[in-house]
Amino acid sequence: MIDTYRLRSPLAHLGLDARARAEADISGTGVIISERPQAGLINIRGDVSDARFVTAIEKSIKLSPPTVPNTVVGKPSTTRLMWLAPDEWMVITRPSGAERALKALQKNLKIADLHSSVTDTTEARTCIRVSGPRAREVISKGCSIDLHPSAFGPGQCAQTVVSRVGVMLAQTANSKTHQPTYELYPLRSFATYLWNWLEDASAEYGVKVE
Amino acid sequence: MFLIPCPWCGEREESEFSYGHEAHIVRPEDPEKLSDAEWANYLFMRTNPKGPHLERWVHTAGCRRWFNVARNTHTNEILAVYLMGEKPPKNLAKEPVKGAKS
Amino acid sequence: MTQTHRLTDGGRIDRDRPIDFFFNGRRYSGYEGDTLASALLANGVMLVGRSFKYHRPRGITSAGTEEQNALVQLERGARTISNMLATRVPLYEGLDAASVNCWPSHNFDFMAVNSLFHRILPAGFYYKTFMWPVSAWKYYEHIIRRAAGLGRSPMEPDADTYDKMNAHADLVVVGGGPAGLTAARSAAIHGARVILVDEQTELGGQLLNERFDINGHPATDWVADIEAELMAMPNVTILKHTTAFGYYDHGFIGFLQNRSNNVAFGEDGRSRQRMWRVRAKNVLLATGSLERPLIYSDNDRPGCMLAGAVRAYVNRYGVTPGNRHVIFTNNDDAYRSALDVKAAGGDVACIVDLRTKPKGELVTQAIEAGIDVIEGSVITAVIGGKRVRAVEIMKLNEDGTGVTGTVQTITCDIVGSSGGWNPVVHLHSHSGGKNVWRDEDGVFVPGDTLQSEQVCGAAAGSFSLQAALNEGDFAGIDFASKLGLPTKKPGAVPKTSSDVAEEPWKLLWYIPTTKPAGQRGKHFIDQQNDVTVTDVQLAAREGYRSVEHAKRYTTLGMATDQGKTGNIPGHAILSAALGQTIPETGTTTFRPPYSPVTMGAIAGRYVGDFFDPVRRTPMHDCHEKAGCLWEDVGQWRRPWYYPADGESMQDTVNRECLAVRNHVGMLDATTLGKIDIQGPDAAEFLNRIYTNAWLKLAPGKCRYGLMLGEDGMIMDDGVTSCLGENHYLMTTTSGGAPRVMAWLEEWLQTEWPDLKVYLTSVTEQFATLQLAGPNARALLSEFTKDIDLDNDAFPFMSWKSGTVADIPARIYRISFTGELSYEINVPASAGLSLWTDIMIAGEKFGIEPFGTETMHVLRAEKGFIIVGQETDGTTAPGDLGMDWIVSKKKPDFIGKRSMSRPDMLRDDRKQLVGLLTSDPSEVLPEGGQIVAETQPKPPMTMIGHVTSSYYSAALEHSIALALVKGGRARMGDTVYVPIDGKTVSCEVVEPIFYDKEGNRIND
Ligand SMILES: [Zn+2]
Repeated sequence: MIDTYRLRSPLAHLGLDARARAEADISGTGVIISERPQAGLINIRGDVSDARFVTAIEKSIKLSPPTVPNTVVGKPSTTRLMWLAPDEWMVITRPSGAERALKALQKNLKIADLHSSVTDTTEARTCIRVSGPRAREVISKGCSIDLHPSAFGPGQCAQTVVSRVGVMLAQTANSKTHQPTYELYPLRSFATYLWNWLEDASAEYGVKVE
Repeated sequence: MFLIPCPWCGEREESEFSYGHEAHIVRPEDPEKLSDAEWANYLFMRTNPKGPHLERWVHTAGCRRWFNVARNTHTNEILAVYLMGEKPPKNLAKEPVKGAKS
Repeated sequence: MTQTHRLTDGGRIDRDRPIDFFFNGRRYSGYEGDTLASALLANGVMLVGRSFKYHRPRGITSAGTEEQNALVQLERGARTISNMLATRVPLYEGLDAASVNCWPSHNFDFMAVNSLFHRILPAGFYYKTFMWPVSAWKYYEHIIRRAAGLGRSPMEPDADTYDKMNAHADLVVVGGGPAGLTAARSAAIHGARVILVDEQTELGGQLLNERFDINGHPATDWVADIEAELMAMPNVTILKHTTAFGYYDHGFIGFLQNRSNNVAFGEDGRSRQRMWRVRAKNVLLATGSLERPLIYSDNDRPGCMLAGAVRAYVNRYGVTPGNRHVIFTNNDDAYRSALDVKAAGGDVACIVDLRTKPKGELVTQAIEAGIDVIEGSVITAVIGGKRVRAVEIMKLNEDGTGVTGTVQTITCDIVGSSGGWNPVVHLHSHSGGKNVWRDEDGVFVPGDTLQSEQVCGAAAGSFSLQAALNEGDFAGIDFASKLGLPTKKPGAVPKTSSDVAEEPWKLLWYIPTTKPAGQRGKHFIDQQNDVTVTDVQLAAREGYRSVEHAKRYTTLGMATDQGKTGNIPGHAILSAALGQTIPETGTTTFRPPYSPVTMGAIAGRYVGDFFDPVRRTPMHDCHEKAGCLWEDVGQWRRPWYYPADGESMQDTVNRECLAVRNHVGMLDATTLGKIDIQGPDAAEFLNRIYTNAWLKLAPGKCRYGLMLGEDGMIMDDGVTSCLGENHYLMTTTSGGAPRVMAWLEEWLQTEWPDLKVYLTSVTEQFATLQLAGPNARALLSEFTKDIDLDNDAFPFMSWKSGTVADIPARIYRISFTGELSYEINVPASAGLSLWTDIMIAGEKFGIEPFGTETMHVLRAEKGFIIVGQETDGTTAPGDLGMDWIVSKKKPDFIGKRSMSRPDMLRDDRKQLVGLLTSDPSEVLPEGGQIVAETQPKPPMTMIGHVTSSYYSAALEHSIALALVKGGRARMGDTVYVPIDGKTVSCEVVEPIFYDKEGNRIND
């Protein structure tokens, strides 16, 4: 483990923690955004029609890879498995769960002795969470896919472009407000640009940092 | 700005994709055996029709999969999409647009 | 100033909310609900500008988007907007507008002298005179530019913001008139996601201009009711003051929304305008129709308007445009204008109807209202310069080719003419739909469509109100069923009693006078571009047989209004001159945009800091604090050099270079592309992709590779390391990373699906810190306990994993500088902290951070190429003297076959050489052309160009790399680079300048 003082998220330079403390009262705010760094992101590739592959993954993270394109399985509070391509998935874990999941996947897929790959990409992306009553409108300013509830809902994901930045986009349900919460996973080098764009696009609705 | 039905992700905007080249141009098994003219033909010569055209696209901003598209170059109508290794559908002019797999 | 032409009541203006505004510097007053045009007319202001070519005085001609003359410059300074239509600018407090195209003023215009030289300014004059001889253009250009300008561009950056919004709909309804409203309602009731868009500030379309009834009440009441009903539906979005300007492939429609009534200023931190990118499953075009004028002599005099505009000003704005109105028509509909003026208490001098014995119901109503109807007659002259004072009327002969009888002069200050109505088929045309000619009333109506689109109401040529209501309602239900929505009862179709039986229009495209065309006044077809009937006839005589060619030659329909009113008459007159039918002349294809779109809206927020994504490395903040200057490499922002106080760029680069050569330097190399390659066929894959051999690279070893396209040209290069069994890490150039990744995937997915290889991009997983210089080992050893840095244990071109500052790391001993060098890869989040620690610890070793400029100098000293600098897509390995990396044994690899193409074997190909200038301080310009012999003046035979050029502090001499024809055979020769009035002579040398034996790299 690396000493935590050494770790710096892609958006740390924006001083978001201090802003979140100052903007704690989010009532009446149209858009709420936050950075959720250091989620575990493990890329797996393999042949889903091979039962050994599926079993090895199930054994490692208790989830089987979804075969329906652009869907996610699992719980945001623990571990999720996101479809990226017919032979490619992303394991998303809590920050504390990344190392364990990576080791388990590497071990079990090695035992299974089949052509597959496990690659840690935890550091490659960060997560920007966008919620609030106007969240959909803000993302739609820069995203051409249809985010209407009839077309995109909890459990669905997409790799697409938001304001010229490639992202993995997922929606989680907010059980209290029944309003969608979106997770945007840009590559870390793009995170500042995307964050600044989101804040700018949200300004007319009122925006606060969580 | 047309829509391309990715065989995996469904309809997305053209800007999410990149064009490769004309489809079904297979790399020669043993290039060294080809004459210069034959090799030039493989490298450079394309059909460029007005009307149905078989071409190769990749879903760059999405699933990064390559696939084939039958597109009418005059109207931009997408006549069919099909996976790598699959044969083009027959009677392209009449073929309806095939949607995404789901 | 009093509103002399304002009616005491009526109209949709709010008389309790007066608004002050300025036009050409004078203060006027209008009301909330006015447009700038209606407020000007209320104040008796008709003259609004000068025409484009002849600079004739021009007045307001319409009440809408088809306006040709009332173009204004709105506001001043940074917020000024040119060519705004006064008819489309809602009035707001303090509005400040001025005429465009008037120099020095709209009342006295210097360029009006053009009018006197009409004979030398016929169609194609500009084209013929100024395009040939080309050399003459420079003498004319400044005069023409001055004369031809429409409006001014702001000189300051735009003070407003613009943004974009993506939206999706089951049905987009364009046009909020009767057809659009019923369609939107009946589709929405079934549950369809509907977006209704209208360019006006209020829904209702043409109903706003009329005195019609629907369901027994004023039609505008019905509009308000249906708007309220639609607003209450969550599946309906209504966008007012929003123009659907283009309809593209696959249901893609562009909207330009004005987000504030004040069209010049954004409000409340919101964007001023929003560009909507809408994807519609289905589209209903209910875009209505635009009236076309009759083409009579001097029909451009201020006071000549469209007949429908006359009643729009009366009914909608409570303004009578003039004191005495003449209506000139070929149809019944225009009688409504006379009736409405009369009903509002205005003065109608007469109706001039070119038809003989009209007897429609509206004609009867007009006669009953005491309006003088002069039938079978036409206007042959308009009297008055800056304002219509009277018209002359004569009998039309039987075949419509001339006039007979005596002249009747009628005093008036408004002529409202109507030649019928043109369906607005523009969007249908954008979408790839065809338009077909309907002979009986001389209109183009929408024909076949390529997309899931329907047109209804007046836009489809159904000119009665009831037809519009019926067709809209039916279309809405039809779309709902097409969408598979459950059937519902939408209720009865609204009914109107305003439709009356009307007689057919009489088509007469050119209104004759007593003399041939052009000899008695000017018949304007396109007022904005000053195209007259004689211009079009001239084009026909000069051989332009297609309407598309004639349009370009005469500029008919090519101004900002895109021929909304003039196209059809122009088309008809061209056809007549060619002696062929209108369909034979061709159908006009309309192209987007329907009306002008601001550049600001096209750019949206992608200006300034948002112009293009900026990619930051994990160490960005350190570089910023160190005060570096930046270089953009692709989207990456990389440190270029780190100047100290008072240093020039060259000083800095010299200092950084010497630090690396003599001590140690550190470079942020995070941006290099990194691709993780796994699978049993990984080595075989690399063997096919790279030119050299890869099957025997052992774990822990690194190898340089060159990647070619199938054409044999260099595409990318980089070092690939074997991480373990069947596991490799490839590095690519910073700019080439996404392209290389796509290229590799393409081969795997399309040609070699049998190869068991998986690729994952890991560029951003790692922060890469490159230490270079003789002290690199000593410095690094302070940070790692578990990696043996000894030269034998850890030689050049190998890698090791372990920890650096207790951070898990991979260290690659590779070098791009020619020095002892380590590339330290750590998890990206830890990069900044490690960089900081190394900089502190490195002080005693003389460390300097260095940027891309120094990196470029150092590698050029060593003759290392940069793909994209020494190569340009026509450069093969042999050209760079890199045959050593091209395998002769491998049976095949990408690009191999092309290496033996005859062109690749020519000995006069451009080859990489070094150049040393005779003056050591002279640095050649990159891109400089090289000649073997100098001549007193060009042309000289160029034999190559400089690809890289720097001053080398280590050598105290400038150095350059160049591609020169047959360069390797020219070693020792002198060549010349002519630059800026002097010629620099250089010696051709081997392309390596420093440590030719390569000792330092292996040390
Ligand atoms: Zn896809």
